[in-house]
Amino acid sequence: MSQGIFAKNPSVLVFLAILGLFTLGVTLMSEWAGSEIVSTSFVKTLGKTLCLALVAVAMDLVWGYAGILSLGHFAFFGLGGYMIGMWLMYERTRGIVAASLAEAPIPPTEAEVVSAIGNQIFGVVGSSEFPAIWTFADSLALQLLFVVLVPGLLAFVFGWLAFRSRVTGVYLSILTQAMTLALALYLFQNDSGLRGNNGLSGLQNLPGLDHVPQSSISIWFFWASAGALAIGYVFSAWIVSGKFGSVIRGIRDNESRVRFLGYPVETYKLFVFTVTAMIAGIAGALYYPQAGIINPAEIAPIASIYLAVWVAIGGRGRLYGAVIGAAFVSLVSSWFTGGQAPDVNLGFYTIKWVDWWLVLLGLSFVAVTLLAPKGIGGLVDLWTGRLPPDRHGADLGPDSGSLREAEAEQ
Amino acid sequence: MKSLLEVSGVSVSFDGFKAINNLSFAIGDAELRAIIGPNGAGKTTFMDIVTGKTRPDEGRVLWGEANTSLLGLSEARIAREGIGRKFQKPTVFEDQTVQENLLMALSNARGPLQVLFYRPTPEDLDRVHELAGEIGLVDALGRKSGELSHGQKQWLEIGMLLAQEPRLLLVDEPAAGMTPAEREHTTALLVEAAKSRAVVVIEHDMDFVRRLGCKVTVLHEGAVLAEGSLDHVTANRKVIDVYLGR
Ligand SMILES: Nc1ncnc2c1ncn2[C@@H]1O[C@H](COP(=O)(O)OP(=O)(O)OP(=O)(O)O)[C@@H](O)[C@H]1O
Ligand SMILES: [Mg+2]
Repeated sequence: MSQGIFAKNPSVLVFLAILGLFTLGVTLMSEWAGSEIVSTSFVKTLGKTLCLALVAVAMDLVWGYAGILSLGHFAFFGLGGYMIGMWLMYERTRGIVAASLAEAPIPPTEAEVVSAIGNQIFGVVGSSEFPAIWTFADSLALQLLFVVLVPGLLAFVFGWLAFRSRVTGVYLSILTQAMTLALALYLFQNDSGLRGNNGLSGLQNLPGLDHVPQSSISIWFFWASAGALAIGYVFSAWIVSGKFGSVIRGIRDNESRVRFLGYPVETYKLFVFTVTAMIAGIAGALYYPQAGIINPAEIAPIASIYLAVWVAIGGRGRLYGAVIGAAFVSLVSSWFTGGQAPDVNLGFYTIKWVDWWLVLLGLSFVAVTLLAPKGIGGLVDLWTGRLPPDRHGADLGPDSGSLREAEAEQ
Repeated sequence: MKSLLEVSGVSVSFDGFKAINNLSFAIGDAELRAIIGPNGAGKTTFMDIVTGKTRPDEGRVLWGEANTSLLGLSEARIAREGIGRKFQKPTVFEDQTVQENLLMALSNARGPLQVLFYRPTPEDLDRVHELAGEIGLVDALGRKSGELSHGQKQWLEIGMLLAQEPRLLLVDEPAAGMTPAEREHTTALLVEAAKSRAVVVIEHDMDFVRRLGCKVTVLHEGAVLAEGSLDHVTANRKVIDVYLGR
C-alpha cells in the first residue's frame, strides 16, 4: 500500500498535497488560531463538506467503479451519525443529570441516574424507558464500533439478498431507494427508539468538554474530517489501483464476461457495497457532530439521489471527481439556499434562489449528463492531455466502438 | 476413450420454440472439434448450456473424471472447473489495457480478498508477455483494448482464454471479421491450443474448418445431423440439403 499506489496514481499525491494545504490554510485563518477570516460556523461548514466528499468517494467506488448505482448510501451515512449521536447525547445528558442530582440531599442510586437520563432524552416522545438499542450507548468504544458495523451489516444483508437474485441496473437503484425510504419512515416513528422526528440533538457539545469553546471543537472535527478523507481516499485508490480495480471495472462494463472468467461477481459486488457502506458510516459519524443534529429527514431518499448527482457532476470513475463534485455542489448549494445569492429581478418576476436552486441543480445535472459525461473532473484531462481521439471517420473494425487506425496509433 | 465433457439428451425451449432438441455430444481430452450448422441451429445455445448461462429443460451435462454434473453450478464455478469461452462478438474490457485484460484472465485465485492483495509476480508478467507474443499483441500491451482492431480484439479474447488455462475451450466464431491472413494465424493458435486441451470451435467458414483438419459435428434444429470428418459430412445428403446447398 506504499510506493506502488503513488507511483501508479500520481493524482493521489496531488490530492493529498492540496488537502493538506487546504487544511493548514483553514486552520491558520480560523478563530482557533486567533484569526477572524474564517468563522467557526464556516469551519463547521467546511468540515461537513469534507465528510460529504468522503461519502462521495464511497459512492464513486460503488457506482463509478463497480457500476452499482446505489441510491441508498445516505442511509449508511445517517446510520453512522445516529450511532455516534447516541453516545454523545447519552453522555452529555448524564453529565447534566449527575450535576443536578448532586445537589439533592440523598446521593442518587445508579438506577435513579439512568432513569433521569431516560426522562431527559425520551421525554419528547412521551417515554422514559431506554429502548434495547441504547444498551451500549454509554460505551464510546462500542458505539464507535457500531459506526462501521451497523451500516456494514445492513449493507451486507441487503446486498446479499439483492445481488444473489441478480437484481441489477435500475431495479437495484429502486430497491436501494426503497431501503432508505423504509429506514427513514421507521425512524420517524416515536417508538423507533431514536426519538422519532426529533432525532438526536446537541451533538456539537462533547461530553465533559463544556469548558472548551466551539472554535476549538470545530477545528478538531475539521482536522478529523480531513484525516478521514485522506485515509478514505488513499484506501479507495489502493482498492481500485490493482487487479481488484480491474475486476470491478470489468463488472461495471460487462458483468457476465467477468463471470465466465471465473470470478464470483456477486461476492465482489457485496464486498464493494458493504465496504463503501462502512466508509459512508464513518463519514456520517464525523458529519453530524458538526451539524449538531440528526433526524430521519437526513436519510430521505432524495439525499442519496443528491449524492449520485454530486458524483456525476464531479465526474465518476475518478476519485478526485467525486471529491470535487461533492465539495463544489454542496458549497454552492449552501450559498444559494443560505440566502446569500442575490435575487435576480427580471422585471415581471424575481428569481429567488432559495426556491430556484433545485431547478438550477437539476438543469446542471441534465447538462452534465448530456454534454460533459466526464463531469468537472474531465477538465483535468484537458490539462494532462488525456483526450480521446476525435472520431470523424470510419471505425477500425465492425464494432461501433472501435477507433480509426490513425487515432489508435497515437 | 473416456470423454472430458459429455452432453446427453439435452433439450431447451424458449417460449415453446425448441432451440436444442435431445442433443448429445461428447469430446475427449486434447481433442479439436468443429461445430457447423445453419444460423439458428442452436450452436451458441449449446455453449450457453455447457457454460451455465442457460439451464436446459432436461438432459445431463457431465464433466471430467469424476463425472460432475455441471447443471446447477454457477457460470463462475463452471469457469473455475476449467471451461473457458469465447463469445461470438468479441468481448474484451475495452476500458482497460491489454495487459490488464490478460492479467485478469490469468489462472490465479479468484476470491475478492486474494485479488485485493494480489500483486503480479515476475512469472505472471512473463506469462502475459508470452501470451501477448502468441497473439501478436506485444507492442499493444499498454494500450487500451478498446483501441484495438476487430481482429486484434478477437485474438486478445483468445489470449485471455489461454491465460485461464482451461481444460476445455469453447470458441464461438473466432474468425468472424478477420482478414485471410488473420484467419490463418487464428487457425494455428487453435490447433496449437488443442494439443494440450479440448477445443470446440463454432465456425461458418468452410475453408477455416478444413484447415483445422478435425472431426466435425453438424447441428441442425438443435440436434446432431451428422458427425465425422469434413469430407464425410459434406458428402452427406441431409447436410447438403439443409446447410451447404442453400
Ligand atoms: N435467450 C433466448 N431467448 C429466446 N430465443 C433464443 C434465446 N437464445 C437463442 N434463442 C433462439 O434459439 C435459436 C438458436 O440460437 P443460437 O444462437 O444458438 O443459434 P446459432 O446456431 O448460434 O446461430 P448463428 O450461426 O446465427 O450464431 C435461435 O432461433 C434463437 O433465436
Ligand atoms: Mg451463434
